Amino acid sequence: MTTAAPPVDFDQFEEQTWKTRLAYVTRLLLRDRGGTLGFILFILIVLTALLAPVVSPQDPLEQNLRAAKQPPAWEEGGSWEQPLGTDTLGRDMLSRIIYGTRVSLTVGFFGVLIAGTLGMVAGLTAGYLGGRVDSVIMGVVNVFLAIPYLVFVVVVAAILGRNLINVILIFGITDSPIFARVTRGEVLRIRESGYVESATSAGAGTARILFDHILPNLIGPLITLATFEMSAMIFYEAGLSFLGLSVPPSIPSWGNMLQVGRQYLTIYPWIATWPGVAIAITALSFNLLGDWLRDVLDPRLRRSRN
Amino acid sequence: MKPILQVRDLITRFYSVDGVVHAINGVTFDLYASETLAVVGESGSGKSVTMMSLVGLIPMPPGKVEGGQALLEKGDGHLDLLSLSDDQLRHVRGGQIGFIFQDPISSLNPTMTIGQQIAESMTEHLGLSQAEARSSTIKLLRNVGIPDAEKRYNAYPHHFSGGMRQRVMIAIAVACEPKIVIADEPTTALDVTVQAQIVDLVKRLQDQMGMAVAWITHDLGVVAGIADRVLVMYGGTVVESARVDDLYEDPHHPYTIGLLKAIPRLDESGNDETEKLTSIEGTPPDLYQELTLCPFAPRCDYVFDRCWQQLPPLIQVDDQHSAACFYDVKRGEPRDDIE
Repeated sequence: MTTAAPPVDFDQFEEQTWKTRLAYVTRLLLRDRGGTLGFILFILIVLTALLAPVVSPQDPLEQNLRAAKQPPAWEEGGSWEQPLGTDTLGRDMLSRIIYGTRVSLTVGFFGVLIAGTLGMVAGLTAGYLGGRVDSVIMGVVNVFLAIPYLVFVVVVAAILGRNLINVILIFGITDSPIFARVTRGEVLRIRESGYVESATSAGAGTARILFDHILPNLIGPLITLATFEMSAMIFYEAGLSFLGLSVPPSIPSWGNMLQVGRQYLTIYPWIATWPGVAIAITALSFNLLGDWLRDVLDPRLRRSRN
Repeated sequence: MKPILQVRDLITRFYSVDGVVHAINGVTFDLYASETLAVVGESGSGKSVTMMSLVGLIPMPPGKVEGGQALLEKGDGHLDLLSLSDDQLRHVRGGQIGFIFQDPISSLNPTMTIGQQIAESMTEHLGLSQAEARSSTIKLLRNVGIPDAEKRYNAYPHHFSGGMRQRVMIAIAVACEPKIVIADEPTTALDVTVQAQIVDLVKRLQDQMGMAVAWITHDLGVVAGIADRVLVMYGGTVVESARVDDLYEDPHHPYTIGLLKAIPRLDESGNDETEKLTSIEGTPPDLYQELTLCPFAPRCDYVFDRCWQQLPPLIQVDDQHSAACFYDVKRGEPRDDIE
């Protein structure tokens, strides 16, 4: 038995411009409080990264040993010139946190871009062609997943040197198997779906099946995965920095700051606290956003929420 | 009358991990222009697989069409569907043979608008421009009974009810005015009032466009209302084929007789209130075995020694009426005219 669809105002379909779409998505966003919070934080974080030179009060690299290890402004001995205090070399914590956003977001964004592109192409090929191609591609993927990731990173960092591009490449490559797996799974599911069968029965060719039917239905789950992976990569990058395997200490990154702060955790706790807070807020915003996207991009969930 | 589709000795098998499934074992039938042919049989009898095999819609592998011919009338000559390349078959599908599936809920792509999905096959097969396809689609949407068609062109499937979606599916099937439409249990997933509307809609479109409809169903009630001829399938074979009235009044195969006894009838129950519906005992045949005997023999009331030795061929028993049985139920004795 079928359930009757709720009454629909068909006027809303009259014209589908980017304006009506945007209004629709905004409505969906405002209905989800977590999503709204995640989205606002996300926008703030991105703006911070883009406008770092404008919004940061000081040069993040400028050392001032006389003002070293100064606590946050509201504590005794603090000064509003360095609202979040200074580190062991007297550099302004706030400015360093702001600049650190750039490293984290760059790694997260480009890492996911590379991983997503590689993984999607591999997963799509494996899932759609099937058979031997599938076995070979998924074999490679499984080998990749079997390599201990940290060892791989240490080796590559040792050979290629420590810089941002290498970190991005390593993340992009090591994370692509996850995208490949998810893509392949989705392609297998979509390929067996009623609408692909009916499109095939209406004479649609391979290109049409791929681009009109499989890809659009794939994008939703992949965007959701990308959001979560981005937050994971920001974590990993901080971890690598903490181990001294990511960007050199001359570049302010949250992991580097955390690593310095660790040594002074009991005496000057703010040095480690602020980068920790920044990492936590960023990860939280991406995860909230990802949860919301998962709900919105799945048409079935969207309908049940309407 | 000349058939537009002649299927001869179709054999389809599935090579699964558990063994070979003998899904279709020599199916032969004709489909005439603008007629409605009902294909009935229980689950697994090969109704759908037969139709899917014709246009290459069964998954290959594991499926494989291993024999037979399917001659589609084309101009003065014939086109053997089973010998076409994938690309040629693609143009037959949608262009000359349209499909309506059972489940309208999952048969529409949730990310494309209703209109795009209908227009797609028009641009594909008729070579229409986007704008032409759009206006034809809107006309077609109106024709299949969707009000406010211009606005609904941009609606997505989840805005539509099951019955409306099935109308859209029907629009997709007839978008290129195919000669043949294969309707694979199109009313099973719908509620009864909507079923009747869908049946009427297909009939009306059939009259308008003059297409032949092969209506796959297990609902003999629907069959009586719509079909010109009926094909009864069992175990991947055709066991009886007849005009619809002949089949109901004068069934020749014991399986058909059993099926008809299992339908509740309002007009005959009045005489005897204790009359019970009968069912056919036993289970459908195991298709992992190659058919070397009558597939219905284990469940048949009229079974005798020959049925266990040989697969009965489909023989003519009357004008446009054939059955595959060694026993003549009318005379109450085995037939002696089958080789």
